[in-house]
Amino acid sequence: MLRLERRPQPSRLWTWLAPLLAVLATMVAGGLLFALLGKNPYEAVATIFWEPLFGEFASYYRPQLLVKGAPLVLIGIGLGLGFRAGIWNIGAEGQYIVGALTGAGVGLAVYPLDAWFVFPLMVIAGALGGWAWAMIPALLKVRFGTNEILVSLMLVYVAEELLAAMALGPMKNPEGMGFPGSRNLQQYPAAHNAEILTGTGMHWGVVAALIAVIFAYVLLGRHILGYHIRLSGQAPRAARFAGVRPARLVLTCLGISGALAGLAGMFEVSGPAGQVSIDFNVGYGFTAIIVAFLGRLHPAGIALAGLLMALTYIGGEIAQSNLGLPAAAIQMFQGMLLFFLLAVDLFTNFRVRLRKTEVA
Amino acid sequence: MDLSSINPVLLLASLIVAATPILVAAIGELVVERAGVLNLGVEGMMITGAICGFAVAVETGSPALGFLAAAAGGAALSGLFAALTQFALANQVASGLALTLFGLGLSSLMGQGYVGVKPPATPRLDIPLLGDIPVLGRVVFGHDLVVYLGLALVVVVWAWLKFTRAGLVLRAVGENHDAAHALGYKVVRLRLLAIGFGGACAGLGGAYISLVRVPQWTEGMTAGAGWIALALVVFASWKPGRVLLGAWLFGGVTVLQLNLQAAGIAIPVEYLSMSPYLITILVLVIMSADRSRAPASLGRIFHASG
Repeated sequence: MLRLERRPQPSRLWTWLAPLLAVLATMVAGGLLFALLGKNPYEAVATIFWEPLFGEFASYYRPQLLVKGAPLVLIGIGLGLGFRAGIWNIGAEGQYIVGALTGAGVGLAVYPLDAWFVFPLMVIAGALGGWAWAMIPALLKVRFGTNEILVSLMLVYVAEELLAAMALGPMKNPEGMGFPGSRNLQQYPAAHNAEILTGTGMHWGVVAALIAVIFAYVLLGRHILGYHIRLSGQAPRAARFAGVRPARLVLTCLGISGALAGLAGMFEVSGPAGQVSIDFNVGYGFTAIIVAFLGRLHPAGIALAGLLMALTYIGGEIAQSNLGLPAAAIQMFQGMLLFFLLAVDLFTNFRVRLRKTEVA
Repeated sequence: MDLSSINPVLLLASLIVAATPILVAAIGELVVERAGVLNLGVEGMMITGAICGFAVAVETGSPALGFLAAAAGGAALSGLFAALTQFALANQVASGLALTLFGLGLSSLMGQGYVGVKPPATPRLDIPLLGDIPVLGRVVFGHDLVVYLGLALVVVVWAWLKFTRAGLVLRAVGENHDAAHALGYKVVRLRLLAIGFGGACAGLGGAYISLVRVPQWTEGMTAGAGWIALALVVFASWKPGRVLLGAWLFGGVTVLQLNLQAAGIAIPVEYLSMSPYLITILVLVIMSADRSRAPASLGRIFHASG
């Protein structure tokens, strides 16, 4: 008979082994799924994980890794901070959309002003937009004790409607011949989030993601706020006695994650996406939840996990065009990854022991 | 704008139809939460139920089989959540989110061949005499079987929780799983059953959207109904009767805003479409003052040591 025994402390080895095992298990299960869909499983998995990095057209795909990874890492870092403290911001997708709207809104409002301060203003507006959207669940939780999971999630749907309203209404391109969608910011140099080094995929969002990783690493390891975050997650009662104010922590964690998600949206709309359109958001806010968990809520881990998820996005697109693999299969593949991670995590917190049958 | 084009009788009748999916899903989730488990995967199970039910109904031509398949599909998906939280002792919030993300992917994969297909119609019960009463007949007696099944579920769950021994044990497990375990009740087994029931209900609710309410299949068509169902349980303070009240309220808001859209009110469609979500938030804020009602073991991991 097998018996589970709680470890006094989470195993360090398993903490880092679990994500690797989860990725392997997902490859196997994903392979089975692809086989069921009538594709060669080996070829499909290789296309997703190998082709973008070392394949024939890798020089084109590698920069995409940064482009797709940057928003995931930016959002994931913020979510990770909150999750550590037991504050569940599930609505990053909404904060991402609102950040894009406020950021692009500033750019579109001053069009065609050509000044150096346009882009920095947009960055600030994007962060503020995401922050403000995240403050709604934060303030409601602090003031009324409302569940932040449900409120932040409801606000995703509200933000999606707002995006549609903006793309069809106030932000519609006046020279767009009636098509929905805003002016293309890529054609407005003062507002364009262009590549810093041509051909590398390196835009300002990537820089911001890198700064966020370092910032979060220092915050968690070296700053009293980071200590409070970790303490509140692991021992809420002890945190209260140590003088941590839960309300302030909720406001801070949701605020930071909202601002980072807003930034991600702003960098996306002014760079790779280019314009405010109805289908602007592609679910980065939700995938970032997987990224945060896969990265063990640790900043360095989240950076690696973000790149891995970016890889599955790009590889998935290649598999879509080369092998005719449905886009939904990739979405399922990413969901599976989180499942396996949560399952394998059993070994991080528990030891499996063989129980000897006792004689009565 | 022409508000006179809104027919109050039809409005009430469609209110009940709009309320049914979230009512059924919320009643299932209420039982799960009363057992002390927080399953945030309702949205994922609903959308999976929606496509399972739709696919089977289209293939067999029988909506009844479709609804059965939807319940089975929802329950099967909830089995994944059950395995993660009850055996692998994983965090329930994370597992529920994983279930929703996975369910959304799974459903759009399964639904690829079904976009634009028309499902067989679910027949309305034609109750002789009762159905002919002028206003009441159409509003109360002119619906399909699932509507009445949903109402029956509310009564059954209420009575089961309040008057039966099994209901009492379920509540005990939800309030204090360690004490219930010490008394010899099978905590994990009971929770597995509750999670399965919740999954079946969510699947059924999802199929009601794809087979009756809309009726067709589009990706992500539940559009947050599962999350509204979760909010409904909080709104109801974990009481079945108030779930019904809440479901009608949300049904009413949904139907009213759709009717206002059709009547050509001078507010852009997008802002009207926001209203069900905003009302949900508003109601959550009002109700969250009363925190005492939540089952005490809700969301906590049970690990029998010994």
